[in-house]
Amino acid sequence: MANRNPNLISRYGADTAFMTFVAALMAFLYVPIWVLIAFSFNSSRSLTWPLSGFTFEWYEKLWHNGDLLTAIGNSFYVASGATVLTLVVGVPAALALHKFHFPGKVIFRRMILLPITLPGIVTGISMLNMFRLFGFQLSLETVILGHATALLGVVVTQVFARLQRLPKSLEEAAFDLGAGPWRSFIDITLPNIRSAIIGAGLLSFVLSFDEIPVTFFLTGRDNTLPMYIYSTLRRGVTPEINAVGSLIVLMSLVLIIVSVIATRDRTK
Amino acid sequence: MTLIRRNLAGALVLGIPFLWIALFMLLPYGIIVTYSFWIKTYPTFKPAFQFGNYLTLFTDPQYLQVMLRTLKIALLVSLCSFLLAYPFAFYLVFRCKSAALRTWLYMAVIAPLWVSYLLRAYVWKTILGTEGILNSFLMSVGIIDQPSDIFLYNQFAMVVTLTYIFIPFMVMPIYTALEKIPHNLTEASADLGMGPWRSFWHVTLPLSLPGVAAGFTLTFCLSFGDFVAPFLVGGPDGNLMANVIATQFGAALNWPLGSALAIVMLVVVLSIVSMSDRLERKGAAGGV
Repeated sequence: MANRNPNLISRYGADTAFMTFVAALMAFLYVPIWVLIAFSFNSSRSLTWPLSGFTFEWYEKLWHNGDLLTAIGNSFYVASGATVLTLVVGVPAALALHKFHFPGKVIFRRMILLPITLPGIVTGISMLNMFRLFGFQLSLETVILGHATALLGVVVTQVFARLQRLPKSLEEAAFDLGAGPWRSFIDITLPNIRSAIIGAGLLSFVLSFDEIPVTFFLTGRDNTLPMYIYSTLRRGVTPEINAVGSLIVLMSLVLIIVSVIATRDRTK
Repeated sequence: MTLIRRNLAGALVLGIPFLWIALFMLLPYGIIVTYSFWIKTYPTFKPAFQFGNYLTLFTDPQYLQVMLRTLKIALLVSLCSFLLAYPFAFYLVFRCKSAALRTWLYMAVIAPLWVSYLLRAYVWKTILGTEGILNSFLMSVGIIDQPSDIFLYNQFAMVVTLTYIFIPFMVMPIYTALEKIPHNLTEASADLGMGPWRSFWHVTLPLSLPGVAAGFTLTFCLSFGDFVAPFLVGGPDGNLMANVIATQFGAALNWPLGSALAIVMLVVVLSIVSMSDRLERKGAAGGV
């Protein structure tokens, strides 16, 4: 009798299985982040279960940690510089890929997209060797050049995808009405790809703020925030890092919300 | 196009990225290719053209072992990510009835990409460690009575951590590929009497392969070159290729060998990318 509608039953079973699976995946993704946050408020120095008590001590300590604050400042400097540079190079690159046909386009495209899949360490050591060869002093500025190179692919992919979706007629109309290439870019193309540029910029900022492999090789004496955390981790895990981590999670959350709002298409 | 010849705008649009690529990609790669043929003569190096460094990499068991281990870890990470990502993406595209829930779940998987990569690796160190949260939790609920060291500093820990970090890169392309499959195709196969498994096997899966290929490419290449997770959770014999490269440019001071290893990594990544490109073009998937 129970088998009267086997289809319905198996469908119900499959749905339950899928739901359980999705719930488990969400737990896998988010329990660690909650663990990080929970332990940043835990009063004990050791990171063991059960939680021992509530404290703001680790957050207060951050404010008096000069090295950490310098590192945060450096990270903001590097991420801003890298974002601006990578947009200055990436947006024209996306335009070139979209508009022009030229010899070597396939290689050009592959080179620009390569850093997305290329491990940062290759970008890092190859640029390190070049800077050493030409006698450049390693500094936060060399890190910025490295990040801009590593993030180029991210910007190009996002802006290019948007350009592909623009109707060609818009620009043709602008040309017919006598607008030169600059005018039609400023008045027609740019407003249409603006949200893609903002989105790509925000993502580049986050990725640069967080970058380790390239920074590891290209920085001089200055530490960025992830490099500071990385070198602290050599000495073991501490609740202070959980506090920094929770603040980073908070900042990421804010940036995600900003990016969702900023990149929403107004035309839709 | 005549446009390029005619105006400065075109020259700039092409010139800036060209110059950048030449200066910060081609030139540096050229330099490490050159170094990879040099000879180490303690304490420096001398220019040469010989394949000794590459020979060392492929004959010295020490390096061969690291390369094979890296390959194994990267494959396992891609496989685990795939096994988690595919059913998830499938559920979102074909089973999830509510559009809002679908958007939220998709965002929930992508969002961790915005949260520091280092933190996402580090948190597993605090969870899996001998003094860590998992051990103390298992002890407090009475499953084990003393801390176990089986969780941290081994390849298992590396695979868990890297899968955790790179899984969004598997979900995104698979989701996009599944979304492109017209629903009437699966309906048609159901009408023709195919069961859900058969229509999955013969219709959905083949059509989603370009996305799977893109996902494998990303997760494989990214975990192949990772050096933070091995450092944090890998333990003494968890060194991967990237750690060895870093050592050659640091303490071991053998730039030629380090360069050769970096070139091997570059070649592996390039061949995987072009293989997957070809597969994607066969599947006629769009995109950049």
